[in-house]
Amino acid sequence: MITYILQRLVQAVPVLIGISVLSFLMLHLVPGDPVQIFAGDKPLTPERAAELRHQYGLDRPLVVQYADYASHAIRGDLGVGLRSQRPVLDSILQALPSTAQLTLAALAMAATIGVTLGVVAAVSHGSWLDTAVMATAMLGISTPVFYSSLLLILLFSFTLTWFPATGQGGLERLVMPATALGLASSAVLARLVRSSMLEVLRQEYVVTARAKGLAPPLVVLRHALKNALIPAVTMLGLQLGALLGGAVVTETIFSRPGIGRLAVEGILGRDFPLVQGTVLFAASAYVLINLVVDVSYAVIDPRIRYR
Amino acid sequence: MSSGAVAQPRRAPVTASGAAERRTAAHATNRLLKSRSALIGGGVLLAIVLLAIAAPVISPYDPIKTNQRLSLEQPSLDHLMGTDRFGRDIFSRVLFAGQTSLPIGIVSVAIGVLFGVSVGLLAGFYGGWVDAISMRIVDLLLAFPGILLALAIIAILGGNLTNLMIAVGIAAIPDYVRITRGTVLSVKEREFILAARVIGCRGPGIMLRHILPNVVAPLIVLATLGMAAAIITGSALSFLGLGIKPPTPEWGNMLADGREFLQHAPWVAFFPGAAIMLTVLSINLLGDGLRDALDPRMRV
Repeated sequence: MITYILQRLVQAVPVLIGISVLSFLMLHLVPGDPVQIFAGDKPLTPERAAELRHQYGLDRPLVVQYADYASHAIRGDLGVGLRSQRPVLDSILQALPSTAQLTLAALAMAATIGVTLGVVAAVSHGSWLDTAVMATAMLGISTPVFYSSLLLILLFSFTLTWFPATGQGGLERLVMPATALGLASSAVLARLVRSSMLEVLRQEYVVTARAKGLAPPLVVLRHALKNALIPAVTMLGLQLGALLGGAVVTETIFSRPGIGRLAVEGILGRDFPLVQGTVLFAASAYVLINLVVDVSYAVIDPRIRYR
Repeated sequence: MSSGAVAQPRRAPVTASGAAERRTAAHATNRLLKSRSALIGGGVLLAIVLLAIAAPVISPYDPIKTNQRLSLEQPSLDHLMGTDRFGRDIFSRVLFAGQTSLPIGIVSVAIGVLFGVSVGLLAGFYGGWVDAISMRIVDLLLAFPGILLALAIIAILGGNLTNLMIAVGIAAIPDYVRITRGTVLSVKEREFILAARVIGCRGPGIMLRHILPNVVAPLIVLATLGMAAAIITGSALSFLGLGIKPPTPEWGNMLADGREFLQHAPWVAFFPGAAIMLTVLSINLLGDGLRDALDPRMRV
């Protein structure tokens, strides 16, 4: 087990280095002189350009610049935001709880709705209920998060006035963004749980459980569901990426001060240290989360380790 | 290759596999035509594409010209979907927006397929360092959650139609690399490839004539479903103000425009969003049908 964890950790290192190279290069891939970015809207005289170039170390060889960037980044120094003049890491850490809260709530929402609907559809296989659930899932998969968000606001904030439309804080401001964000994932999950449940329900041990006279709900919950959930757990891990990406849109719509909104603000304001920082942070976090997810599969299902 | 004696034994397996391919294709078409959802999806998609193409002919108003007197009119017989804040007819704009939003899906999928399949074929077929390097790059691209990669590319290139297509296309490459490479790896060990080698086929020939056809079925399915995803990502970026800028009508930026008036003029946001949803839904229905028809093993 420890060998497996170490192996996965070692495999993550080149990816993390690659991410840092990409986020470092972002600044230099922008068409034109990178100094222009630091000058902002102010006119750039040759003297000012030379001064800025020196100040930000842009006059050194690219490799030296990268080494400098990487060594600072490892120590948590992601530079200073051009607009806010605050350390980028501070802005990110301040935004982190909001994004974590939203993503986890959406994940919980997706898991609850997805598994319930999937089981209901599988148990009533071939009936109108099955068809209705699957049609709803198809609709859910096809609705972009920015549209479902607006429809939820229209219905629950403006028409029914149950929840506030925007802002952060309290459960009542979390329900709608989490639902909107989790909706598509719950639909993906419902389809998967249904098909894996249908497969499991045909297995001999389920037939045996039925034959010994166990009540149908117990057969489903105690015997079938546990095994049907293994692919669902995998899918949930994969959906995390979609949720983190979706958070960019959801946070903008619901005016939540999260990392996604920070990234969008950075791009719109051409604040490159901020964009580089959020990209580096989000991608590294995603790699590490996936690592944890992979390791936890290996704990749940020992067969995975030997693949 | 030039002499008939050498060509003869070579033609035999090709014809056999050709006939088998035709049979499979006929089966697949049959299955596809039996799938009601695929037919509905395909039909609706066709209608949406035709409406977008015919926009200059059938749209009742100019999609760009403003008229303040008609600002935020409710849907009526004059304006089927109402008007926006500048008094522009939303129905006309939704039709014209199809000319921007649909190509984003098509072109970015084409970019993803072109690069993804080439890299996947080479990586899977040659293995070794080609495979190692390409798969590390794919791992790297996959390390970016959701639309973050497209977002980063837009940050570098700036937001316009071409860059949007490139960004969404690059973000899609890993999926195509993986499915192509996976199929190549499983097909490469089969007997007909060995047979092709024995009769003197070279690497590139084997790759293109014998391996590539096996990738086509899963690729069609992935590309179809990928088009739905690309349309969503493209309009999401425009929605965030990072893609197509107004006044050019695009479903995502129209939706963003309607956000401000959601409470008092919900139709401004409702119809462009419905257009995206209907397009994506029809593509997904078609994609599901194609998957069941072409590759029943992939069925979820």
